Amino acid sequence: MRYAMAVDTRKCVGCSDCVVACQTENNVPIGYCRDWIVEVTDGTYPQLEMEIRSERCNQCVNAPCVRCCPTGASHFADGGIVLVTQTECIGCGACIASCPYDARYPHPDGYVDKCTFCIHRIKNGMKPACVDVCPTKCLYFGDLDDPNSDVSVVLRKRKYKTLIPEAGTKPQLYFLI
Amino acid sequence: MNEEVIVSGRMNQMVDPHLHIWHWQISLYLFLGGMAAGILAIAAVYYIRGRENDYKTAVRLTPFLTPFLLVIGLLALFIDLRHKLFFWQLYTNIKLQSPMSWGAWTLMVITPVSFIWCALHIRDIFPSWDWKFKWLWALDEFFNKYKKALAWVMLIYAIILGIYTGILLSAFNARPLWNTSILGPLFLASGLSAGAAATLLLSKNEAERKQFARIDLVMIGIELFLIVHMFMGFLASTQVQIEAANLFLGGQYTMSFWIFVVALGLVIPAILEIMELGRYHIPVLVPAVLVLFGSLMLRFIIVYAGQVSRWLY
Amino acid sequence: MTTRRNFIRISAIGAGALIAGAGSYKILKTLSKPEELKNLKLDLRRTATYCEVCFWKCAGWVYKTSEGKIWKIIGNDEDQNCNGRLCPRGTGGLGMYYDEERLKTPLIRVEERGKQVFRQATWDEALEVIAGKMKEISAKYGPESMALFSHGSGSAYYTTLFKAFGSGNIAEPSYAQCRGPRDDAFTLTFGEEVYSPEITDIRDTKCLVLIGSHIGENMHNGQVQEMSDAIDKGAVIITVDPRFSTAAGKSKYWLPIKPATDIALLLAWIHEIIYNEYYDKKYVEKYCTGFDKLREYVKDFTPEWAYGITTIKPDQISSTAKEMSDAAPAVIVHPGRHVTWYGDDTQRLRAVAIINALLGSWGRRGGFYRPARFDLAPVKLPPFKAPAREWSDLFPGKYPLASLTVSNAIIDATVPENNPAYPVKGWLVNGTNLISTIPNTPNTLKAIQNLDLLVAIDTMPMEITGWADVILPECTYLERYDSLRTGPHRKPSIALRMPAAEPMYDTKPGYQIARELAVKLGLQDYFPFEKQEDLLDWQLKQAGSSLEEMQRLGVKNFERDADDLYFAEDEEVEFYTDSKKIELFSPYLESLGFDPLPRYTQHPEPPEGYYRLIYGRAPMHTFSRTANNPNLTDLMDENSVWVNPKVAKEWGLINGQYIWLKNQDDIVTDFSVKVRVTERIRWDSVYIVHGFGHKQQQMKRCFGRGVSDTQMITKVLVDPIMGGTGMRSNFVTFVTEKAGEEVAS
Ligand SMILES: Nc1nc2c(c(=O)[nH]1)N[C@H]1C(S)=C(S)[C@@H](COP(=O)(O)OP(=O)(O)OC[C@H]3O[C@@H](n4cnc5c(=O)[nH]c(N)nc54)[C@H](O)[C@@H]3O)O[C@H]1N2
Ligand SMILES: Nc1nc2c(c(=O)[nH]1)N[C@H]1C(S)=C(S)[C@@H](COP(=O)(O)OP(=O)(O)OC[C@H]3O[C@@H](n4cnc5c(=O)[nH]c(N)nc54)[C@H](O)[C@@H]3O)O[C@H]1N2
Ligand code: SF4
Ligand code: SF4
Ligand code: SF4
Ligand code: SF4
Ligand code: SF4
Ligand SMILES: [Mo]
Repeated sequence: MRYAMAVDTRKCVGCSDCVVACQTENNVPIGYCRDWIVEVTDGTYPQLEMEIRSERCNQCVNAPCVRCCPTGASHFADGGIVLVTQTECIGCGACIASCPYDARYPHPDGYVDKCTFCIHRIKNGMKPACVDVCPTKCLYFGDLDDPNSDVSVVLRKRKYKTLIPEAGTKPQLYFLI
Repeated sequence: MNEEVIVSGRMNQMVDPHLHIWHWQISLYLFLGGMAAGILAIAAVYYIRGRENDYKTAVRLTPFLTPFLLVIGLLALFIDLRHKLFFWQLYTNIKLQSPMSWGAWTLMVITPVSFIWCALHIRDIFPSWDWKFKWLWALDEFFNKYKKALAWVMLIYAIILGIYTGILLSAFNARPLWNTSILGPLFLASGLSAGAAATLLLSKNEAERKQFARIDLVMIGIELFLIVHMFMGFLASTQVQIEAANLFLGGQYTMSFWIFVVALGLVIPAILEIMELGRYHIPVLVPAVLVLFGSLMLRFIIVYAGQVSRWLY
Repeated sequence: MTTRRNFIRISAIGAGALIAGAGSYKILKTLSKPEELKNLKLDLRRTATYCEVCFWKCAGWVYKTSEGKIWKIIGNDEDQNCNGRLCPRGTGGLGMYYDEERLKTPLIRVEERGKQVFRQATWDEALEVIAGKMKEISAKYGPESMALFSHGSGSAYYTTLFKAFGSGNIAEPSYAQCRGPRDDAFTLTFGEEVYSPEITDIRDTKCLVLIGSHIGENMHNGQVQEMSDAIDKGAVIITVDPRFSTAAGKSKYWLPIKPATDIALLLAWIHEIIYNEYYDKKYVEKYCTGFDKLREYVKDFTPEWAYGITTIKPDQISSTAKEMSDAAPAVIVHPGRHVTWYGDDTQRLRAVAIINALLGSWGRRGGFYRPARFDLAPVKLPPFKAPAREWSDLFPGKYPLASLTVSNAIIDATVPENNPAYPVKGWLVNGTNLISTIPNTPNTLKAIQNLDLLVAIDTMPMEITGWADVILPECTYLERYDSLRTGPHRKPSIALRMPAAEPMYDTKPGYQIARELAVKLGLQDYFPFEKQEDLLDWQLKQAGSSLEEMQRLGVKNFERDADDLYFAEDEEVEFYTDSKKIELFSPYLESLGFDPLPRYTQHPEPPEGYYRLIYGRAPMHTFSRTANNPNLTDLMDENSVWVNPKVAKEWGLINGQYIWLKNQDDIVTDFSVKVRVTERIRWDSVYIVHGFGHKQQQMKRCFGRGVSDTQMITKVLVDPIMGGTGMRSNFVTFVTEKAGEEVAS
């Protein structure tokens, strides 16, 4: 099992619904977020191109945050999801410094927090909150080992890229281009 | 024009708009750890080589600083932790891939070693002290018997600690400025230099002082060499590393790095020490304090600037 | 200013902690521990609602934690408006409920108007004061001298109240500040408006033409969703906008038009479509009248002609016209929604309607579908007596085609110097923040100073409440029942809003407020049901459902009476126009002395050193109503002024710098605004998002954040046909220093 998410940058409108939905679903305190939207515009007026990406933890296969964690709080769970066990985390910040995507943040309660791919929902047969809420349906989620999962299907059909592949993290967040 | 905006107003504290998760605590911890490593390594080497009597200060006296340095360093690290109640989790896990874990365990070993080393030399400093308990004598005897082995342990762990202070940062692929194998040797050299400076400060023996001025000079030379190499490496590398180097070559950390670390912390003390060796009389305090200051600033600037440097995507 | 802003940030964080604490925080705290997931037992009681954060009214479910705290709001899968997915504002709607700066009790003004000194009052006392004053005004000037401004779901109750009271002066800003020109233009052409939710069949279209309409930033949910479906299916999108909008970023063609010249482009398109014989001949012949006159009229409106006006290259005009015809009839030249731009808006929207008619998209798949709605049985009420004087009698002869009350006409009539036919002396303002909604604020304030009574019913201490004599705090939509939603869609449907929680503080639902006021005015017969639930249950039972069923379902869809979503092949269609045909040429407009075919008129251009102020929406906010919403300000807490890099260079402006704006009437913004240097805007215009720059200090999160476009809109081009307020005729320049003030940081 290998969970992954694909983001269709051609459909995403940058509305940030995925951000609020994550905040309410997961009780992310106000002033913090597990996902965020990047909007890149290239070119000179009037020849412009725009890419909008909904970003979050890439659930890297080769996750530096797991490697550098001194306590094992950061660990791989089922399907390759990178999780933080709050009661093992000492809040040293090493994992935050190690993530090339700045996907983690120190929760005001002390431990480090990040996207969990909504593991509590997937275990109950639901999709992650951000995927379920997205008005443009531009987020695809599923198991890469299952050829019929939404994410497998769309990755077969479309061209995609990952972010900073040269960092060697093997990210599992794919951006359809 | 290329315009990149985070439209959702991402404002994760200590992460946005750029990373600033580590502050003075980590810088201080790295400095104190590096300095303690330097002191203990030098003491161990001279002891093993049987030069204990030539360099009494370095072997016997200066190490008395290290328990304090290490404890304050650990305290700084502890202050930095955000989930303090769970700090003991550091010692229920051994994570070979985590420099943080290495550091924690190294400190776990070297801190008691430094205490023992000091204890073995207490009598040198307070000869008239009355040891009331018998078992203390026994213990003293035991460790004295194995002092050489102890020195070896101390040497190895001191070197691990010294390199660790650099590796902790260089293991972070995510921060291009840190991600260079030169940081390990550089911090080790800087730690040794700080260790030498400490003896320089404490020693009253002219010959010993000269020797430590020489050690310091060599270390400064190595550091300058490594710094030049580090920049050459960066500039010959990918765009992200070029940008990282540019933080010091015209970017926001240029002034502080070249003035505090290179000029005040390396070049000027080196000149002063050369002058001292060339029989000019320089108050020893000046170069030694400058070296310590430079060594501290190096940690501060690298820790802070590294968090500004990032991958571009 | 630095310290204050820091303070705001800090208090926002404090509020966050509060909310997190109030939510199902404890349960979720351990979520990342997989073993504990298995024991996760949330008592997911959910209640039905429909969203009130904008007027799309998506139906959803409010989920509560086992402690009964509101946790999250999720779209209802059965709902056609949202298909189970709310927009960011709807998802963040719970911030309205949790906003600790809400209105909490009725308030009565104690010092002079606008000074904002109020005392707390009981409901009974506040309603007594209002009823007393209303009776007084009625006795002295007649009941028509009371006017109602209302927006949102409460409107229905106050409308009943006002009709019973004897006044027809009932206005919504959604007409003359919003969709009025569009609906009137389409009614003139097709005999029917485009409704809300719009009947645009975007999901099946092959070509979507957006003229200013910035779907994706304008988050009207169903349209955003369907535009995304259309992108998936490979539809061509053509965006006409002086700004590279989000939609432009998804478009095959972006036509960066010079603002205020859209009619020229539309005429050139009509020219291309007719003279290249791109139009749907059979459709035009069968359903339209006035084609020959149109053909003759647009003869000279060539792409070359339009190029000189619009700056859009002739080949781009031709190729986009070709794209549309290739897709026809599955093409939508979108009518937009907020269309009150330049005072000739009805004419512009007529041109849009005409293009759609030529392409045969009205009544066709991928064009405009025929809506269906559920008709609820009316409650038997005593008859309303027709008001002695209507709103249209205020200024005889003005705005002859206005199909609804023109809000700005009522405001004008409140100023005695404007010589209205009869005085307007009292306003009841519900759910509309007139100060930032109606352009030319000085005029609105002048009107307010002439009132004997101003009542504001709101949930937040907004600008308008600051001017009120009596403030009535309504509870939020999450704490109340409301009218059933029966708006049109592909299938008829009913949606229920019910309270997810008891009203917080001393607040009340709109129905109760209206009814209690009616009782005080002796009009209780018009509110025969004391409790709204009983009314709803009665209505639902008439419809073959019940309150109990709707509480379970939230939304109930019905089948259409007939399979008539689109025109059938060769169907005989009778349009609700005088000629019973689609009127390309409008004899009715001609009879009233207006252009029967849309005419391009040149509008003033910004003087040297000034830029046209254009404005729009940000996806995470709705006007001013969400400005203080903790969840949504977290996403966006200020607007910025978009400036083309060339202009920025000329003025030495840098990205992120704070400046003030000054308009042609020398009005300078109250607050400073951040510069966003971006290629995404023409050099003759600047852009800001509407709804920021709040002056109301009680709203700590939004006070002084960004600037208000409304403050800069002092020049208004009123549409003579229907009274709409064109608001894009204002020019601003940059001010980098303002006496005695520091820029925000
Ligand atoms: N400058 C400028 N002016 C504009 C526009 C623009 O883009 N720029 N847009 C125009 C358009 S298209 C429109 S539709 C109008 C919209 O105009 P309005 O509907 O007036 O918009 P808001 O500013 O959101 O004001 C809504 C008010 O309702 C209150 N409110 C929210 N929920 C409730 C509730 O449940 N009950 C009650 N009683 N009150 C509630 C809010 O606190 C707020 O005071 O504005 C128009 N005016
Ligand atoms: N997130 C969010 N969504 C909303 C609302 C909200 O408050 N927030 N409000 C809702 C309501 S009530 C309405 S009425 C709609 C309004 O939504 P729309 O109907 O889409 O609004 P407009 O004001 O027509 O569109 C604004 C766009 O017009 C462009 N523009 C400015 N001047 C010109 C011009 O001269 N010519 C052309 N071609 N384009 C021009 C601007 O650059 C901007 O991109 O949005 C609805 N959706
Ligand atoms: S909710 Fe969907 S469309 Fe909106 S920003 Fe997130 S991914 Fe993009
Ligand atoms: S994105 Fe960052 S936090 Fe997520 S797995 Fe990769 S390195 Fe770790
Ligand atoms: S902050 Fe927590 S999760 Fe991150 S590395 Fe330290 S202990 Fe591990
Ligand atoms: S998957 Fe879940 S936790 Fe991750 S960003 Fe989406 S909603 Fe948040
Ligand atoms: S479009 Fe968004 S704000 Fe409007 S009703 Fe739907 S969910 Fe609510
Ligand atoms: Mo509107």
